[in-house]
Amino acid sequence: MNLITVSGPPSSGKTSVILKTIDSMKTRGLKVGVVKFDCLSTDDDILYEKAGIPVRKGLSGALCPDHYFVSNIEEVTEWGLSNGFDVLITESAGLCNRCSPYIKDIKAICVIDNLSGINTPKKIGPMLKTADIVVITKGDIVSQAEREVFSSKVNTVNPGAIIMNINGLTGQGAYELSTLLYDEEKHVTDLKGKQLRFSMPAALCSYCLGETRIGESYQMGNVRKIDMEKK
Amino acid sequence: MINSKDIINVVLADLIEKYPFLDSYFNDNDLDISNYMQNTLTEFFSHFDEEEKEDKAFDEEQTLKNLVEYTNQMIEFLGIEEDGNTINSITIVSGTNKSGDEEKFAELKIHKSEIVCIVGPTGSGKSRLLADIEWTAQKDTPTKRSIKINDEKPDMKWRFSSSNKLVAQLSQNMNFVMDLTVMEFLTLHAKSRLIENVDDLVSKIIDAANNLAGEKFDLDTPITSLSGGQSRALMIADTAILSSSPIILIDEIENAGIDRKKALALLVGEEKIVLMATHDPILALMGDRRIVIKNGGIDKVIETTDEERKMLVELEKMDNVIQNLRSKLRGGDILNKNMIKEK
Repeated sequence: MNLITVSGPPSSGKTSVILKTIDSMKTRGLKVGVVKFDCLSTDDDILYEKAGIPVRKGLSGALCPDHYFVSNIEEVTEWGLSNGFDVLITESAGLCNRCSPYIKDIKAICVIDNLSGINTPKKIGPMLKTADIVVITKGDIVSQAEREVFSSKVNTVNPGAIIMNINGLTGQGAYELSTLLYDEEKHVTDLKGKQLRFSMPAALCSYCLGETRIGESYQMGNVRKIDMEKK
Repeated sequence: MINSKDIINVVLADLIEKYPFLDSYFNDNDLDISNYMQNTLTEFFSHFDEEEKEDKAFDEEQTLKNLVEYTNQMIEFLGIEEDGNTINSITIVSGTNKSGDEEKFAELKIHKSEIVCIVGPTGSGKSRLLADIEWTAQKDTPTKRSIKINDEKPDMKWRFSSSNKLVAQLSQNMNFVMDLTVMEFLTLHAKSRLIENVDDLVSKIIDAANNLAGEKFDLDTPITSLSGGQSRALMIADTAILSSSPIILIDEIENAGIDRKKALALLVGEEKIVLMATHDPILALMGDRRIVIKNGGIDKVIETTDEERKMLVELEKMDNVIQNLRSKLRGGDILNKNMIKEK
């Protein structure tokens, strides 16, 4: 199974981009599942269900969503493996600009939109700077010049990333993205021992003290688990 | 190509003198080097203590890697500009429609300064055609089309480069969203493209935009407050003159407030390949050819006929009558029958 982590500021178009991309993956016969992380509430799971995509959601409540994400990613991966997915996509909202949800050796996508303002790329930390692919959305409603300036700003903070423009409404660009996501060689069987790309913002658990390793034995303090049985 | 060893022990002032674009790199990455111009990069990095690094989400290794990557991209990019990275033609090699039937043409070659219209109902596959061109498809998209540039298999850089996009787009729905004046906006765009003679280019764009809009631009107006016609004129002039993309897709330009004939002439004059999705007869007949899209595939390629070209003259007269009535209404006049008779 390939694991892909998708992150980005709220309302940047993550769900639309993922839905359109999965459409293209399905035509190639790939079985795809999604786990949606959010903070207080989400209805995006309904959108995935409507599209016939197996989905689970995890709400972090009062915890930092990033910490909640990393505390649960192992269980999420096991759920994906036990369901026999070819691809499992996690979607998490970057609610603060210091978010750092990516794991070394696991494909990381940041979704950001043209309307978020020209200085946004500078303001977002590891979530944008350490992504492998940056997807820019909402290009259909701003001028060509603004698209060019915005993508050059993204390139300045993350020159190594592949930058793609995707229209979440029509799906233009989503097929192209889908071709970059599935890698026959890159199967994940276990996340134990893998590390985050960057330490997370601090809260009140072992990860606040700089822990980057994944696995239950490294988790101390305020750790909350998803109930993977609950739909 | 440089590597990290080439830059870590260079004094920042010297580094910026050699690679001026790094000034904005540091700024855009929120790294304030102003007090460290006489220090080396290593010294600058080491002045952050652990807490500061944590708070700024600063990672030395990552920052250095990005800095090297960015510098190499810029060196390459500036090199490309000198080589004259010109596109003389694109060729679409046929694939299949949504039902899997072969498209009814073999190859369609479009030269620079040529206008080709795209017609077909919503959902017929216009977006897909554009996406195929932008992705320089090599039989690896759902349509199985392939794209050639200058009669050759294109360089894969077109797919992923953020500064060398193949297609620029202009559509009805596009708006300016930045909080900048006309002058600031054009300067910012020019700088992002690393243009050297910014002032000359900005005044060239303003002249062209004024020529299209009819209403004169005030350079201190916020771009978000421009009238519909002015915004459209500025977008077209800016895209024609400042965009790096050799192909321009226009998705219906409305009639209000700009001279569409001049707009097309401007784009063609800048040696762009113009693809125009439109059902407006005046625009469609201005094209040299039109592509008819049905069921996801190219169904026909029609050359504009002589009869159509003659009709265009008539259509333009009709259009002038309507434009004239429009300006009379705007001026508060009462319309009369004589106004619709041909002059």
